[in-house]
Amino acid sequence: MSAASISNTGATRARKIDLRVIGPLVALAVLILIGVLLNPNFLSYANVTNVLARSAFIGIIAIGMTFVITAGGLDLSVGSMAAFVAGLMIMVMNLLSASMGDSIGVILLGIALALGAGLAAGFINGIMITRAGIEAFILTLGTMGIYRSLITWLADGGTLSLGTGLSEMYRPVYYGGIFGISWPIIVFAALAIIGEIVMRHTAFGRHCAAIGSNEKVARYSSVHVQRVKLATYVLLGLLVGVAVVMYVPRLGSASATTGLLWELEAIAAVIIGGTLLKGGFGRVWGTVVGVLILSLIGNLLNLTDFVSPYLNGAIQGVVIILAVVLQRNTGPAR
Amino acid sequence: MKKTLIAATALTGIFASPLMAETIGVSIPAATHGWAGALNFHAERTIERLEEANPDLDFVLTTTSSPSQQVSDIEDMVATRNIDALVVLPFESEPLTAPIQRVSEGGVWVTVVDRGLAQDGIENLYVAGDNDSFGRTAGTYFAEALDDGAKIVVMRGIASEVDNERVAGFEAALEGSNIEVLAMDHGNWNRDTAFGLMQDYLSRFPEIDAVWAADDDMAVGALAAIDQAGRTGEMIVVGGAGMKEMVARIRDNDATVPVNVTYPPAMISTAIEMTALGITGAAPVSGDLILASELITPENAENFYFEDSPY
Amino acid sequence: MTDAILELKGVTKSFGPIEILHGVNFALRPGEVHALIGENGAGKSTTMKILAGYLSQTGGEVILDGKPIQFTGSDEAEDLGIIMIHQEFNLAEHLSVDQNVFLGRELKRGWLLDHRSMRDRTAELLSRLESRADPGTRVSQISVPDKQMVEIAKALSRKARVLIMDEPTAVLTERETEVLFRQVERLRAEGVAILYTSHKLGEVKHIADRVTVLRDGIMVRSDLIADVTEDDMATAMVGRELSDLYPPKVARGAEPILEVANVSVPGVVEDASLTLHRGEVLGIGGLVGSGRTELAEAIAGLRPRNGSVRLKGQELAPDHVSQAMAAGLTYLTEDRKGAGLLLEKSLRENLTLPLLENFGRPLIDRKREEAALDKAIADFAIRVPSRDMAVGDLSGGNQQKLLLAKTLLSNPDVVIIDEPTRGIDIGTKQQIYNLIAQLAAEGRSIIVISSEMPELIGLASRVVVMHAGRIQGELSGEAVTEHGIVRLAMGMEHLDKEHAA
Repeated sequence: MSAASISNTGATRARKIDLRVIGPLVALAVLILIGVLLNPNFLSYANVTNVLARSAFIGIIAIGMTFVITAGGLDLSVGSMAAFVAGLMIMVMNLLSASMGDSIGVILLGIALALGAGLAAGFINGIMITRAGIEAFILTLGTMGIYRSLITWLADGGTLSLGTGLSEMYRPVYYGGIFGISWPIIVFAALAIIGEIVMRHTAFGRHCAAIGSNEKVARYSSVHVQRVKLATYVLLGLLVGVAVVMYVPRLGSASATTGLLWELEAIAAVIIGGTLLKGGFGRVWGTVVGVLILSLIGNLLNLTDFVSPYLNGAIQGVVIILAVVLQRNTGPAR
Repeated sequence: MKKTLIAATALTGIFASPLMAETIGVSIPAATHGWAGALNFHAERTIERLEEANPDLDFVLTTTSSPSQQVSDIEDMVATRNIDALVVLPFESEPLTAPIQRVSEGGVWVTVVDRGLAQDGIENLYVAGDNDSFGRTAGTYFAEALDDGAKIVVMRGIASEVDNERVAGFEAALEGSNIEVLAMDHGNWNRDTAFGLMQDYLSRFPEIDAVWAADDDMAVGALAAIDQAGRTGEMIVVGGAGMKEMVARIRDNDATVPVNVTYPPAMISTAIEMTALGITGAAPVSGDLILASELITPENAENFYFEDSPY
Repeated sequence: MTDAILELKGVTKSFGPIEILHGVNFALRPGEVHALIGENGAGKSTTMKILAGYLSQTGGEVILDGKPIQFTGSDEAEDLGIIMIHQEFNLAEHLSVDQNVFLGRELKRGWLLDHRSMRDRTAELLSRLESRADPGTRVSQISVPDKQMVEIAKALSRKARVLIMDEPTAVLTERETEVLFRQVERLRAEGVAILYTSHKLGEVKHIADRVTVLRDGIMVRSDLIADVTEDDMATAMVGRELSDLYPPKVARGAEPILEVANVSVPGVVEDASLTLHRGEVLGIGGLVGSGRTELAEAIAGLRPRNGSVRLKGQELAPDHVSQAMAAGLTYLTEDRKGAGLLLEKSLRENLTLPLLENFGRPLIDRKREEAALDKAIADFAIRVPSRDMAVGDLSGGNQQKLLLAKTLLSNPDVVIIDEPTRGIDIGTKQQIYNLIAQLAAEGRSIIVISSEMPELIGLASRVVVMHAGRIQGELSGEAVTEHGIVRLAMGMEHLDKEHAA
């Protein structure tokens, strides 16, 4: 094989990968362009901040979901889990404030509780899937129902609200920020960058891809398959906890409808971003783009009277499918 | 989820004469959102009260999360509990019409609450809120309270018959008032969706004088978004259904939340009480009872505030 | 000479800018077995896929019954009676044997499936192939040779005019191969044109009427089988004279390094004990299914087991593969594609997977990985068109070399190599044999598991033979002969009744 032909094939391959890579980016760019044309306020500081901050909850969860899916798993319980953790956090903080008053301490304990509860919930999912060998789809479908019922029960069918004093004190975690960038955006961005590095440049990320690609090969290559799979669910649970920590200060409440369909939005974002649903390949930055695409569609539809609101779902569906088709068709033909 | 609230009196059927002991079945949607939660709260409270007052009355309460489950629940009530009366808030009209008709034909008293059946004349008693009046009351308030040429935005609920009736009533009341409706989108009776929708309204329209959120959950989301944008004071927010936090704000003369419109979940109490009266023959009861929506104002707010209600 | 049914005329094929077939002329005639041989990567698979409609040619013509044709796909080719049996099985693992045989052409009675007929027909086909697989079992439950038989039954159940068989005997034992050959002969007598590929030149000589040799995408020669010897074929394939295939054996050290005592794996291995010395090449023989692979996997910590495994005096825990690797023992699987390599990943990702921690923590150092790959490509003479290509696109021989590099990455003292040369051309085989000898010379100890007896005899100074999950016996030195291995592999007591070798 001559040097010339090596560089030659390298070039064609690189070009192909480029096309695949920019699929979701093209979709995002098109959406932004449409937004600018339709409404001059689209790129205003307020609107951009709104969209990014709004994306943060599902975005943070979707980062974790990227690892789970890459390793060949799935978690349908995250939306309900978020609602349950949020409800639990609010109840405990309200109880604590009765004895400790409305103090920073209560808020820190609440945050610790949310992270701990998320971690525990993820661990339960993971251990049942890896040790008891239950299909991830069925197990998390089950826990999805369980958490959804638990939050409805905790809230007695209504809404759990954080006490006014605590609510005021906690508010800045969602509405505040530094240098004009609000905390949810900062946290989302930081986690996305860390996630991308972990996925691409650590043994854990590589092991996730190997397991999703072929679990047997991974096991024969002395990868701790069960441990890594468990870790993906624990990581996702922890990130659900982080999302809840950012979510609760926004409206200071949780109800049976909190986090409804978040799991599907998170999964859709992951797939739009180019991660393979069957596992084996994942990219966190793609997930971030996917989340932004989903948020932008909603934002655009709200900013215009272009289509009947009855058709919002159809528009979303079309964009999701287009974003995926765009990258699949330009990929190397197999 | 299924709850049976009565103490199981297994021997009732043997000893008590049918005229003495009556069993009333109550079937309502599960508490999946605030208003339904309140419905459950009022149903349970009313049943407890009536059972205490009348030892001869038995109640079977089921809550349901789908039309098919509701049909099964009702069939079970008839088959195993031998109910004398049924109080039902149909999950959906069409699928429940035929099963309820069968119950009625079996000689059971039927009270339908809020959502009418697809066919007339099945029920003995119909107790309902008035969705048209719900929208019309809010619209009338806007027409009277807002200045000429005022700009408003509307948050609708989940696309459904209820939502359509409310919006139709609202628009009818605004007719000829010269108030401009800038946009109408679905907030799906959900706080989070409403928050995002309001953020986008605020980006899109530099001038908004009033927000009509066709439900208080959405009003909560809208208020948070307005607060975040620092535009509190520029506009008023009118929700609906009388959530207690909202009622409290009205009572305390909050400038942003001047009024609210009732769509009382307590209608289930009325329905159960009237059914009890009807079957025990204490008073002649039948026909339609439509509870028009009322405007909650700072003056009458105290009457609409229930401290223990979850809603 | 009869006219050809299916013919290639000056066919070329390019993938992107690389042309890999350069003008192939090739004809299949009714009632003739035509062997197509060549090293891995010579273009055999591509030629077959063009013949069977899976690929379309870049230049030249495909001629069916004298007329040029352009298949729209393999479906059209199959409808025209051109059936290809793939080396990697094309079976739906979760369907039963009969469902697979009739997949896509189910027999029906009215609009209902005719289960009984399909089952009966399948049983009949399988019994003709002397396979004991039950038509009702799921394909995932049957052995690899049985799967091959199911593939062949599937082909037989169609009215094949042209049958293309891609290394059908690679996973078959000698006895099963004989059964297959009887079927091939029967089909030949019925006037079917058969294309047959194999790396086993003895088989080619035995079954084929005509042989065509491909090398680097060029047709080197095409002769009647009577006119060529095995040596001629080998020489034509590699383009050079093959010196002795096996390197000289190295004397082993006295120090025992791996001691396996009373290892059992429920149902598959019973009470196996063996000792491996420093610098030794130990062979494990036996039939497919005799428990060889399971024993190796139990030793390597890939299966739960009873009994003890001591490496350099250190006890290895069962079912703990990473501990075994850390202690210096690695296993190269016989299932290259299912358990050895991630086919859609690059060479680099495959190479470093078992030992990522050594390439930087917490962040992987890409440069060190690339350096390791450079070294592996050089050390193992891996021929790769592009470094970033997916491993699945490499030829079998190059995949095997990469797998060897991966297995040796942790610098182990003991390596268990299961079927070192399955589905590999003769040139690469020789390279791998040399490599094994070299590892032994460096003082490492190697266990070679193989179904090919010449390989065991040529490489190992000592061979243990398994039969039905037990170690049946051990041969060493001059006693390592084909006859001796077969006697043990068949279970000595029954030797006289079996028609062995």
